[in-house]
Parts: sequence; structure tokens; C-alpha cells
Amino acid sequence: MATARSKTKKRGGKMHQFIMVDPDLCTGCETCESVCSFVHEGTFNPINTRIHRVRIEPIFNIALACQKCEDSPCVRSCPEKALEQDNSTGSIIVDEDKCNGCGFCIRACDFGVISLNINTQKALVCDLCENMKEEFIDPEVGEPEPQCIAVCPKEAIELKNVEQIGEETRIEAVKRLFSEQLEEYEN
Amino acid sequence: MTEAKNITIPDEIKGYTQTRLDVDLTTGKVTETRLSNEFLANWIGGYGFGAKVLWDELKPGIDPLSPDNIFVWAIGPFPGTILPTSSKYGVFAKSPLTNMFGMSISSGSIGAQARRAGVNLIVFKGKAAEPVVFVVDDDDRYSMSCEDLLWGKGCWDTEEILREEFQDQRLAVMAIGPGGERMSRLGCITNDRNRQAGRTGMGAVMGSKNLKAIAFRGTKPISVAKPKEFYQLAKKLIKVANGPATSKYRDLGTPAGLTSYNKLGMMPTNNYKEGTWEKITNGEYTGETLNEDWIVKKVACSQCSVACDHLARVSKNHPDYPNLVASTDIELLYAFGTACGNADWPTVFKCIELCDDLGIDGISGGVTAAMACDLFEEGIITKKDLGYELPFGSTKNLVRFTEEMIRGEGFAGEVFGDGTLMAGKRLEEMGRENASFHAMNIKGLEMPAFDLHGMTSFAVGESVSIRGACHLRNGAYGLDAKGKFDRFAYDKPVERGNAIIDVEDIYAVIDSYIICKFTRGVYEDDDEMTKVYELVTGIPHNGDSMKERGNAIVTLSKCFNIREGWTRADDHPPERFFKEAHTKGPAKGVTLDEKGYQKLLSGYYEARGWDTETGIPTEETLKDLGLDFVIGNLEPPKKKGGKK
Repeated sequence: MATARSKTKKRGGKMHQFIMVDPDLCTGCETCESVCSFVHEGTFNPINTRIHRVRIEPIFNIALACQKCEDSPCVRSCPEKALEQDNSTGSIIVDEDKCNGCGFCIRACDFGVISLNINTQKALVCDLCENMKEEFIDPEVGEPEPQCIAVCPKEAIELKNVEQIGEETRIEAVKRLFSEQLEEYEN
Repeated sequence: MTEAKNITIPDEIKGYTQTRLDVDLTTGKVTETRLSNEFLANWIGGYGFGAKVLWDELKPGIDPLSPDNIFVWAIGPFPGTILPTSSKYGVFAKSPLTNMFGMSISSGSIGAQARRAGVNLIVFKGKAAEPVVFVVDDDDRYSMSCEDLLWGKGCWDTEEILREEFQDQRLAVMAIGPGGERMSRLGCITNDRNRQAGRTGMGAVMGSKNLKAIAFRGTKPISVAKPKEFYQLAKKLIKVANGPATSKYRDLGTPAGLTSYNKLGMMPTNNYKEGTWEKITNGEYTGETLNEDWIVKKVACSQCSVACDHLARVSKNHPDYPNLVASTDIELLYAFGTACGNADWPTVFKCIELCDDLGIDGISGGVTAAMACDLFEEGIITKKDLGYELPFGSTKNLVRFTEEMIRGEGFAGEVFGDGTLMAGKRLEEMGRENASFHAMNIKGLEMPAFDLHGMTSFAVGESVSIRGACHLRNGAYGLDAKGKFDRFAYDKPVERGNAIIDVEDIYAVIDSYIICKFTRGVYEDDDEMTKVYELVTGIPHNGDSMKERGNAIVTLSKCFNIREGWTRADDHPPERFFKEAHTKGPAKGVTLDEKGYQKLLSGYYEARGWDTETGIPTEETLKDLGLDFVIGNLEPPKKKGGKK
């Protein structure tokens, strides 16, 4: 599974990586939501999830999490300057001392992936499990990794960066456009 | 009182919310009490809770559609955790279809939302003066009038309207449709669009109480006893539950069984006249064809790694059912397909949609339609009765019949709208002799997709099932399909009995946990299945003590049936299996043998420690299981004509 840091390219010192879900594989099982709250808080409560399942009846299923936008609208919108984007990971970091739960970030987010923690009323954003509880770290991995990816039964969730998406799309396009030549080479 | 033997019950228990709600629909009063630690350890959840409450609190001999019936809703300790397939709930009442122990289990998002809202067990009594929705919104629990908003609406609309009303697309809604509203004994409960608590008429019981729907949402966190260990085990189980152990439910899905059971001559065709079908043999009506031509998406219930729900879609160009999407599995493909001799896929999908949305049990509905086709071919009912022809293989007329049956309209609705047992009785009262011979039910519940000609072990397993013809109380069909015993013979009665009990008791545990039987195979053994219970609840059950609870739960619900007037004669497959053989296939010429069957039945009773003649648990067995409170209370109130 492509979760390890080493597999992610840095571009100008930055990683623009985020959770991406394949709607063809996603069954809408909500396991990602439950595990998200569990590894951060130690209890199951998907109301405090940072990844959100969306089902459009009767067929479409997907889950969405922070897209780590550049020049993020949520950061810009925060009147308390409680949000900050980490330069190297692209993650949005919430300063819980400053956050007053006003919800401006929620209104600013184009993907609807910020919410307020039901207990603390502080903003919740995907941190790629950077801050997961230590006791739930897989000893074989030895460091935090996104747990929604680790548990997704259908392997529908991936950690991707924009570079990777561009490259994969290019390769697919070339295969499509030059299929005849490629076959010739193979034979 | 009963005790879970040899285990120490801790003071602090996790997983369960321990909250019982008593809802008196007549007065609108809601009372909250706390379930004792002993109650949890002894009765586990779901099925166990239902069995105990119905035994303790339901007055014997009552009319199941009267306010005297009790409607029990229950979960176990697991919903809301990431244990695979844990978001399940069960409903329990005296069944209007069988007049015995009624139960049905469903999945989707109900269990998880209800658990977060903090309820474990809800007991509904009485009858609301007008249609209501019962709402569990965290600590707000109240009845809401809904006559204008919802009465008459299908289950799908009901769910959508309530989600709009609460401005919450994740609101969990279990609802009845017009079928349950008019108290069709086939009435089901639908939730999350494609999930049903279908069997034994639990939707009719809701209808009889003017309870249109129950809605749940919750925001409370769920703690488990040993978070770290539980997380490790759960992660492993999630992976295994998406591995080979469940591939038959994921890939082609249960419809793969069309081919395998057809090969064994056990795929009921044309209302059990045959056990093989050329439309399966020639590839027209198989799991492969279904998946290649029709399935567009596989969807999961909350917290399920399997995603068995195979959604079929009819193209937008279809003249009759454009863009129809229906949830398929083998039972429904049997009920409206093979049993009705119908291989037209869109017709099957349409009938499924009607049942799920308008709210009757799809299995019972299809088998009742199959009975009507059979009677039509025999000339016992005619075009003059129905207004249309209905031979095996009907398509548009099958859809028409199905809708009339659900809505209780026309001859179809009046005669067949309450299932096969009532249809047989009504027709015979009209002077149509022998109509009941074509009613394929046990104890009044229509049969699932197994042809018992040449399934001697499952003939017993299906017949002893507490809720009537059922493949989910014990999976004894596996004993025949996998050749554990000679499926045409009647030898080794006690060994067979023990083999049936083995699956029956563990199924009772699974139904009490409640998890899905599709994940039975993901646990290494019964001890691992019990380990997960201990990690969540902190109650140190072990494989043996847990299985003993399964035994106690089966026996207690059996005692419920006895108190309602059950006799040995009720544990019997329909006459057709004894009198009429297939004309082709592996079971050609084979009928069940009455003497042989009775021998196997006695073997099962003996293995259970029940009286081999009467089938009633002996005092010694009851004491062993801690069911002392049953002793002396098994006599039915007075002879009532309720039984067949």
C-alpha cells in the first residue's frame, strides 16, 4: 500500500498529498469514519471523523477528506488565524487554543471536509493521522500512517499527490493514444 | 434466575449502553431503565434479549395484531465499533404469520446510529391513537405524529422525507410501507433502502401499533474494554472478511448458488415441482449472467467489509422499468424467479422493488406468488378469479399480482395478501379443495431457497427452526450440500441431530451478538469469536460458555412456542415433499419418507435433551441451562383454534 513517506515525491520541498477515494471501489461501509475518530480519540464516534462518507442513492458511494489546497480558503477565512498550512505536508493545522468554533472554515471549504468536534467545538481536519494515538500505531510500521487507508476493506482509499495523479494520467493517455505502437514493441 | 456459569461478571461493562426504553404507545409514556450486568452476560444481545423479554412479558395466547403484542427492538454490544458487520439490529414479537416466536434481523446504519444515541433495547407496548414515528435523537426520545406526512407512503419515500425533515442525510430510519400499514401478515420493515427485517411479519406488528417508523441518530462516543487489543484483532478480521472466507458473498454473490444448487437438484423450481431448471443449465438465469448483464454496484452496510448487496440496474431504454435499481440476492432470485418459473430479469427486479418499497417480505411474497402460479396451472384458481392469467413464467402479470398482493387489492390481495397458509385456508373455505397442498411453508412461514426432496438433514433443520421455514436459524443445508451425511438416507439420527445443534447454537450466538452470518468464517474458531466479545465488553465468556448461552436462547424461544400451543406436528415440511417427486434431475423420483423423517426428528430432540416423543425440553435440560423459571409454565393458556 502506497502510504510510506518515501514513496511520495517532494516538489519544491513541498508534498501536496491527500486522501483520494475510488468511487468504483468504495462501498459506503463507513469503516474509515469510525476508525478516524477511534485512532485520534480512543473511542468510536464517526461524528468526529475527518473523512466523510457520502452516499447518493441508490448507487454512488465515496468518502472525502481534506484536499490540502494551496492557498487554502479555510486558512484565509479564519478570523482567529487558528488555521495554518504545514509547508512540507500541506496539512491544515488547527491551533485549538485559538479556534473558537465559529465555522468560517467550514463555510469556506469547497469540499465540505471540515467539521467541528462535537465535544470541543474545535475544527477537525484530516491530518493524515500525524496526531493519531501512539498505542494504535502498527508496530510493524513504527510510525503514524493514515488509518483509514490501513483498514479500508476494499483498498479504495489512497494517499496521492498531484504529481502522481498527473503522471498516472499521462501514462494512461499514452497507452490509449499509442496502443498500436506499444503492441508492436511488445511483440 | 439464570446464570452464565463459571464466569465472573465484572462491575464495569463496555460496549453495551445498558439502556432499556419502555415505550407505551397507548399513553405515549417513555421510561428508561438500566439493564443489569447479569442480564447482559446471560442473554448477550439481539435474539437473546428478544427471547427473554417475550418469555417474561408477553401474555400467552394473545392475538399478534392486537395491542397486547409486544414489539421488541434490540442490539448487542458491537454496533458502532469497527467489528465487521456489526451494525445489526433485531426485532421480536409474537408473529402474525406463524402465531409463534417472531423475529427478524436487519442491518444498514440502524445499529450504529442507535448505539451512538445510547439505546440497547426498546420494548414497545400498546397502540398509538394515530400513526406515529418514534424518534431516538440522542437523549430526546419521543413519538411524533405523522399521519399527513407519511401514512400511505412507501418505505423509500418515508426514509427520504424523514431525512429531509430532520435535515440529516444520515438519519437512520426503519419504516413500514402500505403492506405493513394494512397489517398484511407478510409486512416487513425496510431501512437504508435495501435492507429489510423481512421475515415473520414484523412490519404488520408495527402497523398494528400505528408505528409507521422508528428514526435514530446519535453523537455519543463508544468505548470498548480493551481498545488496543480490539483494534489489532478488528484490523485482522476486516482483512480476513475481505478474503477467501467471504468471496462467495462478494464476487458473484449468493446468486452463484443458483448453479450449484441446480446441480444438486435442490434449486426449487415451479413451486417445488422440480429442483432443476433448464434456464439455469443453459446459462440464462445464473449468477454469472446476472453479474455480467445487470449488476452495476456492490454496496455495504455500515461497518461491513463484505459488501454483499448486489445492485442490479435496468437500462433507461427498457419499455416498462427504465432505470429501475433493485437489491438482489439468491433468495429473491429464487422467490420471484425459479419458484415462479420466471427468468425475465427485469420482472424479478421489479417484484423485488415492490416488496422492498411497499413493504412485504420478498421471500414470502415470491413464494406466495409461486403458489398462485401453481394453483393457476392446476385450475384451482382461474383467470375469472384474478382478472388475468398467471401461469409459471408470467412476467407483467406476475408484477401485477405482486402489487395487488402487497396492497391487498383484488382477488390476489384478498386471498394471497397474507401469505400461503392463509391463502390455502381461504381457498379451501371457498370450496377449492387441496389448495393448501401448494402452500410451501413451515409453521406458516414461506420456505427459503432449498428444495427438501433429497435433503434429509435440512428437512429436519428447516422444520425445527423456531420461527418457521428458515435457513438462518441453523445452516443445516450445509450438511446435505457438503455431503456430511447421506442426503437421501435416514441413518444416524442422533449424530445428525448433534450436527444440526452445533450450527443452531452458534447461529443463536451470532444472532445475539448481532453480527452477519456471512462473517461466520472469518473467525479462526468459536474462541476467537468469543474473544472479540470479551475485548469489547470485558465479560470473560469463553467458547463453551458462549455456546451454552446459544443453547439456552434456542431452548427458551422454543419454550415460547410451546406455551403458544406448539406440538411436534408443527415441525414438519409441507406434504409435497412426501407425496410428489421431481420428474428430472438428481432427486428424480425421490420423496421424503415419513417414518424416516420422524426418526431423524426424534434424533434431533434426543440430542437436544428434549423429550423424544413430544419434543418438549425435559426438566433436567431446562435446569442444566438455567431455565428453571420455565418449569411449570409451558402449558398453553387454553385451547385456541390458532394453529393449523
